[in-house]
Amino acid sequence: MIEVCDLTKRHGSTPAVDALSFRAEPGRVTGFLGPNGAGKSTTLRLLLALDRPDRGHALIGGRSYVRMRDPLRTVGALLDASSVHGGRTARAHLRTLARTHRIPDSRVGEVIGLTGLDGVAGRRAGTLSLGMRQRLGIAAALLGDPAVLLLDEPVNGLDPEGIVWIRTLMRELAAEGRTVLVSSHLMSEAALTVDQVVVIGRGRLLAEGDVAEIVRTYAGPAGSLEEAYLRLTSGGAR
Amino acid sequence: MSAVRGGPGGRLFAAALSAELLKLRTLRSTWWTLAAVVGLSVGIGYLYGSVIKGNYDDFGATPDWDPVGYGFAGTNVAQLALVCFGVLAVGAEYATGTVRASLTAVPRRGVFGAAKLTAVAVTAFAVTLPTAFVTFAAAQGAMGERQNAALGDPGAVRATVGLAVYLTLLCLISAAVTMMLRSTVLALGILVPLFFIVSDILAHLPGVGSVARYLPSVAGAQILRVVPDDRIDVGTWGGLAVLLLWTAAALCGGLVTLRRRDA
Repeated sequence: MIEVCDLTKRHGSTPAVDALSFRAEPGRVTGFLGPNGAGKSTTLRLLLALDRPDRGHALIGGRSYVRMRDPLRTVGALLDASSVHGGRTARAHLRTLARTHRIPDSRVGEVIGLTGLDGVAGRRAGTLSLGMRQRLGIAAALLGDPAVLLLDEPVNGLDPEGIVWIRTLMRELAAEGRTVLVSSHLMSEAALTVDQVVVIGRGRLLAEGDVAEIVRTYAGPAGSLEEAYLRLTSGGAR
Repeated sequence: MSAVRGGPGGRLFAAALSAELLKLRTLRSTWWTLAAVVGLSVGIGYLYGSVIKGNYDDFGATPDWDPVGYGFAGTNVAQLALVCFGVLAVGAEYATGTVRASLTAVPRRGVFGAAKLTAVAVTAFAVTLPTAFVTFAAAQGAMGERQNAALGDPGAVRATVGLAVYLTLLCLISAAVTMMLRSTVLALGILVPLFFIVSDILAHLPGVGSVARYLPSVAGAQILRVVPDDRIDVGTWGGLAVLLLWTAAALCGGLVTLRRRDA
């Protein structure tokens, strides 16, 4: 369970996230939607305590991230695929993260298999394609077998096969009772994956709820998530 | 120590330290820079010794002849490679964005920073201590028995262990300053001139020794000498104290920056 409450973060005088509140429930894939610059990544960074909020709080399982003793066993995060030293091999990158939580090397092997990295685990991360680095980021997120997953634009750089793979993976993770929060600006993709959505614009909450309900409310009974999203965000830009 | 290790904070720190040591081992730059430290220190020491051997009148016969200090002539250059190691160990995290992955694994900034700096210091000392003794042996061996020093001579072991301590502290300052500046280029741009150029010029300019003796590398390097340098009137242990103060200041700056700033 993810609870964001009155969360506010300013960069200078402009608020990147502005009194934002929402929840993401276990067993569901929650789409975190909004235009570029709406504050999605900042919100995820606040959830992970990479940034400090000016006001409000962001809790995961009722606790703030900094208070967690073994955060990787609670939360898995994919922030962006470039958060890897290009000179380190994919396997070494995962092993360094595993060590912080005394996660055995056997688990590193497991997530490498799970994410289809077997063939490239010994290669330096800098030589991997964007799609492979994305898989490496997802492997890192799965290391601690966490109950909550935060994925920032996970389909970025993935080929069609990879997109189907991540979609299936997210559905499976939610079916196992995990909380999955996935940010995206691709509505057609989100429509295929998510159960509920949180739509933000300019750091503020625009809508929150079941996909079907949001579509019905904002795009009519025959509408699509894309139409509902466009209606919502054009309002937010005013 | 046992109280620290037994507590939950200690367990977190131990795990983070083991991860940081693995990080250093799995980077090529670690191996290159540390190999350069060994090669430059031993190689230049040996060359210096060889040159001195044939020039007894200019060296061994002079008053205040310090074979130990001369044998460590490669330090000035070797320390640059070690500065690079310290800077890269921290700076690469910021340059590549790895720091975000690191901080999601170890969200307590103090634990992360302390583990990283400890890993850098432990690695630096593990390399520089044997390097110091090999340098001593190579340089003194090359110098010839007429004017060289033996480890049993007064101050020789202190100066040799002192070399490892001096280099480790410079490396730690470099890593901590990089943590403060969060940029490899910026850190190298400040540290290389400071340790290599400015310190040297100031130290040899007449009349400014009184200022130079408070620079970390000038003050710290006094420990490498058995015969004190009367231009840098700070003394062996006074010099070490100055270097320790710089190190403490850099560590505070680095850790405070890490705790305060958004990653």
